[in-house]
Amino acid sequence: MDEDFKVIDDYLMVRMPEEIDHHKSTYISENADKFIVRENVSNVVFDFEDTRFMDSSGIGIIMGRYKIISCFGGKVFAINADHRIRRLLMISGLHKIVEIMD
Amino acid sequence: MNSGVNGGKNNGKNGGWKNEMEMEFDAVSANESFARVAVAAFVSELDPTLEEISDIKTAVSEAVTNAIIHGYDGMEGGKVRIRCRIDGDVVHIEVADEGTGIGDVEKAMEPLFTTKPELNRSGMGFPFMEAFMDDLEVLSKPGEGTKVLMKKKIGCIPWIGDEE
Repeated sequence: MDEDFKVIDDYLMVRMPEEIDHHKSTYISENADKFIVRENVSNVVFDFEDTRFMDSSGIGIIMGRYKIISCFGGKVFAINADHRIRRLLMISGLHKIVEIMD
Repeated sequence: MNSGVNGGKNNGKNGGWKNEMEMEFDAVSANESFARVAVAAFVSELDPTLEEISDIKTAVSEAVTNAIIHGYDGMEGGKVRIRCRIDGDVVHIEVADEGTGIGDVEKAMEPLFTTKPELNRSGMGFPFMEAFMDDLEVLSKPGEGTKVLMKKKIGCIPWIGDEE
């Protein structure tokens, strides 16, 4: 379970599940917050490599983490996002606050 | 959870292919994934692209999540009902609950508007339904529940280009 959350230097790496919906979102948000506070990281990287489905709950997860870490100058990244996830990030305007990388 | 799938009726060549199904399940978040997969499987007879399947799954997921967390808001014993109709190459999806209902539908549909920011809701549920389906109608009355009606034509060029 905790393999989905890894701290490397100042970055929290979150391995997103295959399906991101409201049912899964609480687990991800709560754990990410736990790590952010405990390890005192300033940046969060969401890894979408395994993700095949996402709805607006995924947007909520990213927005929530952004609100927490941006107060302290941190940044949010999205990696390995396929074109569908990129589209969700675009429609919701999140691409303006999240750095999308390959 | 109980769900029933009614058999299809083929109304001949002129009227096009028609098929209908209806299902009802408990308003618990574990059923969100079941609901969108069931609708996607039902629609698969129209031979949709992966993109179209994905659009439908996202839209259904949004509507069902709304019914569970806003419609019933933790109330026990609530049921979500999905009716799905294929009419030619158009899919009609109706997601209904008998929960609290929405006072101001227009406000609720605004992007980024949410009554539950503490739950990490993004306020993008209705905007996503609008973006991924061809037509969206929301009927609601406080105290009586909410009905979301969505339509999508299968087999046309996606109108939200990837280059956007």
